[in-house]
Amino acid sequence: MANLESIVGKVTPREGYEILTKEYLSENVVRMRVRAPEIARERRPGQFIIVQTDVDYGERVPLTIADANSEEGWIAMIFQIVGKTTEEMSHFEVGDYFPVVSGPLGKPTDLEKFGRVVAVGGGIGLAPLYPIVQGLKALGNHVTVIAGARNKGLLILEEEMRAVADEYIVMTDDGSYGRKGLVTHPLKELCEADPKPDMVIAIGPPVMMKFCALTTKPYGVHTLASLNTLMVDGTGMCGCCRVSVDGKIRFVCVDGPEFDAHLVDFDNMIKRLSAFTEQESEARDATCRFRAMVKEMQEASEL
Amino acid sequence: MPRFHRDPQILNNEALEILEGLQAKAALTPKDRMAIPLQKPAVLDPLERSQWQDEVEKTYTPAQAVVESMRCLHCKNPNCVKGCPVGIDIPGFLKATAEGEFQKAVDTIKESSLLPAICGRVCPQERQCQENCMIGKAHKDVGQSVAIGKVERFLADWERSQGHSGLEVKPESGHKVAVIGSGPAGLVVAADCRREGHEVHVFEALHKLGGVLRYGIPEFRLPKSVVDGQIETLKKMGVHFHTDYIVGRTRKLQDLLDKDGFGAAFIGVGAGLPIFMGIPGEDYVGVCTANEYLTRANLMGGINPGHSDTPMYRSKKVVVLGGGNVAMDSCRMAKRLGAEEVTVLYRRSRQEMPARREEVEHAFEEGIRFCFLENACAINADENERVKSVTVQRYKLGEPDASGRRRPVPIEGDTYELECDTVLIAIGNSSNPLLTTATPGLELNAKGNVIVDQETGQTSLERVYAGGDIVLGAATVILAMGEGRRAARSINKLLAEK
Ligand SMILES: Cc1cc2nc3c(=O)[nH]c(=O)nc-3n(C[C@H](O)[C@H](O)[C@H](O)COP(=O)(O)OP(=O)(O)OC[C@H]3O[C@@H](n4cnc5c(N)ncnc54)[C@H](O)[C@@H]3O)c2cc1C
Ligand code: FES
Repeated sequence: MANLESIVGKVTPREGYEILTKEYLSENVVRMRVRAPEIARERRPGQFIIVQTDVDYGERVPLTIADANSEEGWIAMIFQIVGKTTEEMSHFEVGDYFPVVSGPLGKPTDLEKFGRVVAVGGGIGLAPLYPIVQGLKALGNHVTVIAGARNKGLLILEEEMRAVADEYIVMTDDGSYGRKGLVTHPLKELCEADPKPDMVIAIGPPVMMKFCALTTKPYGVHTLASLNTLMVDGTGMCGCCRVSVDGKIRFVCVDGPEFDAHLVDFDNMIKRLSAFTEQESEARDATCRFRAMVKEMQEASEL
Repeated sequence: MPRFHRDPQILNNEALEILEGLQAKAALTPKDRMAIPLQKPAVLDPLERSQWQDEVEKTYTPAQAVVESMRCLHCKNPNCVKGCPVGIDIPGFLKATAEGEFQKAVDTIKESSLLPAICGRVCPQERQCQENCMIGKAHKDVGQSVAIGKVERFLADWERSQGHSGLEVKPESGHKVAVIGSGPAGLVVAADCRREGHEVHVFEALHKLGGVLRYGIPEFRLPKSVVDGQIETLKKMGVHFHTDYIVGRTRKLQDLLDKDGFGAAFIGVGAGLPIFMGIPGEDYVGVCTANEYLTRANLMGGINPGHSDTPMYRSKKVVVLGGGNVAMDSCRMAKRLGAEEVTVLYRRSRQEMPARREEVEHAFEEGIRFCFLENACAINADENERVKSVTVQRYKLGEPDASGRRRPVPIEGDTYELECDTVLIAIGNSSNPLLTTATPGLELNAKGNVIVDQETGQTSLERVYAGGDIVLGAATVILAMGEGRRAARSINKLLAEK
């Protein structure tokens, strides 16, 4: 039983994609560098990979490529522990291998010189935003980053973002750091300012992206959102990742992940994201119970 | 022990009895042959089998295969061969089988087809070889034709059980061939090019090999051990396989040729992008394509619910839209995954269903409800946007269309509501854009399919060939294989001239 092995942590695959570094960016957000020279060579900002922890029964999890180095042959991924698979991934250590890492998938971000760009990142969304901010800066754009998090402890990539962005604004829900409130507040202020932004890119929870789109729309500021729908294959074969954009069916894995945020039906997307919540929480509970049991057994045997 | 609908022991004894009777005769006259009853393979009990994934139909016993082969009249001008897309010498292999020369029979098939274990199971024989069989014609029932596919399957399974199925490989040629996609088209190219001594690398986007044979066609119709067997054979022959390798993304096709030293490439990336109905409500939670449903079940291990991390739809009432093999696989899978009521809506009548005849029969036996001349015209949901029903439009048959089939026309106002929690859309796929859009210079038709030379399988790019569903649109395994063989011949010729 492959799952059991990876849980007990004795047998991890000997082949695949080696984990080179691992660090916690916050309590439940992990950054890993993985050896994948071919993906590192081809990837562009905005693209993602698919990771599996088990080749027979593992889920195919899409994760944005957060950083890469083609000379050294690695890519970085940042994930939040939210479900069974990310929980399992967090138990992989440096020197272990992920059996499946495939990509780069999706269309790269259209990077050009827009002028003044506002990049809004919420929670884990700051991870995919980072390479885009890097790319935008490299092309000479003026970039303002609005970073949102529930509280100070959950804010990630502050140093990295500060190092590249022209302006950096922090918003927390509880006011434990930066300004208290939602990312849409400073976004609205920036849209009202003169000159207003030439472009906005928003990456984060779907609700945040929805409200960013609603905020910028009255000002006619072109806004992109990077969508994180459910996926299975990630290669355009199954249609699980479909969203409605301007009333048409589009596939996030091949047509996206970025779309004109003013045309995306976020409400429907949010509903569709909940298709398996029941199964997912059951699976996570079962894993946690199982882990607790294993730990208890291990402790008992050590006594 | 599984319960059988038709028991293998009894069937085998019947075959043995017939065989004894026939062997007493000096030579068989056509009349004798006509009198031999059609051999029916053992089949699992429908009620039981619809709870699990085991293969529904079993392989003939040797006695059954011999008896069935004896039914062949050996027509002077065999029409069955004309019906076979790859022109297998059918009377030839039936004769060898009737004489008990199984290896010779398999070798005869392999001159034209490399995947008999698979084609024997999934070819639409009733519309190919068996459609033209004189025995069937004489009985005025294609169901009475010599069961060519079942004998083919027997021979392939027999060979596998003997453990010798490898093909001879010539000395290394020093040339490299890239095969993109590991579906039937790609596997055949890999085999044919490897036989010539070329170094063959197969690149597959997904984490498992086999294409539709893996992610689409379920275990109960095509056991994965059969697909694994084919791939093992290729590995033994020295073919290299690379999974998680998306040509066009992980590596550009042109780079494989220009930088990685591949002398030629074959594109066999199959169909992709499922087609939707274009009716209101397709965005609701609980509407999913057959590809998604089957991929979750087959590729991602959803048929083992305790093991798989990929969630499955927990469906009680399922509606399947479509009438092809994909629709049949979906409805039968839904039943096996616990749905209580599964209804197939098909716009035309039963005769027009493009699915293999046997699959339709098996679905009926398993208690799937069929509504012919009906189709969904809207999907309805509750306040949480979860599917609660479909609105069904009734049709009648109108004037014949260009294909000669009577066109279904909606009966105005004749609709009703059918309660359900899941809708599976199985009305087809368009072309896979992943590679084609990332490969400049590759000529495509309006539908996004790769254009190839009919003689050689070559694309608009030099040293690049294509075949299978990416060329034909969603077609069949045997056609994909035929196209693969054509391309492999061209590749081998090209490399020989170098
Ligand atoms: C559910 C279902 C049931 C079917 N039943 C039958 C049947 O009973 N009888 C029959 O004859 N036919 C049947 N078919 C049709 C048949 O399976 C196909 O015609 C056949 O598999 C086509 O073969 P192929 O090699 O062209 O492509 P596929 O089998 O589709 O294989 C293509 C492979 O290429 C991979 N790929 C795609 N893009 C890339 C890329 N860029 N780089 C690397 N790899 C890539 C894909 O992941 C896939 O594995 C069925 C199809 C389905 C979906
Ligand atoms: S995830 Fe399957 S088509 Fe996009």
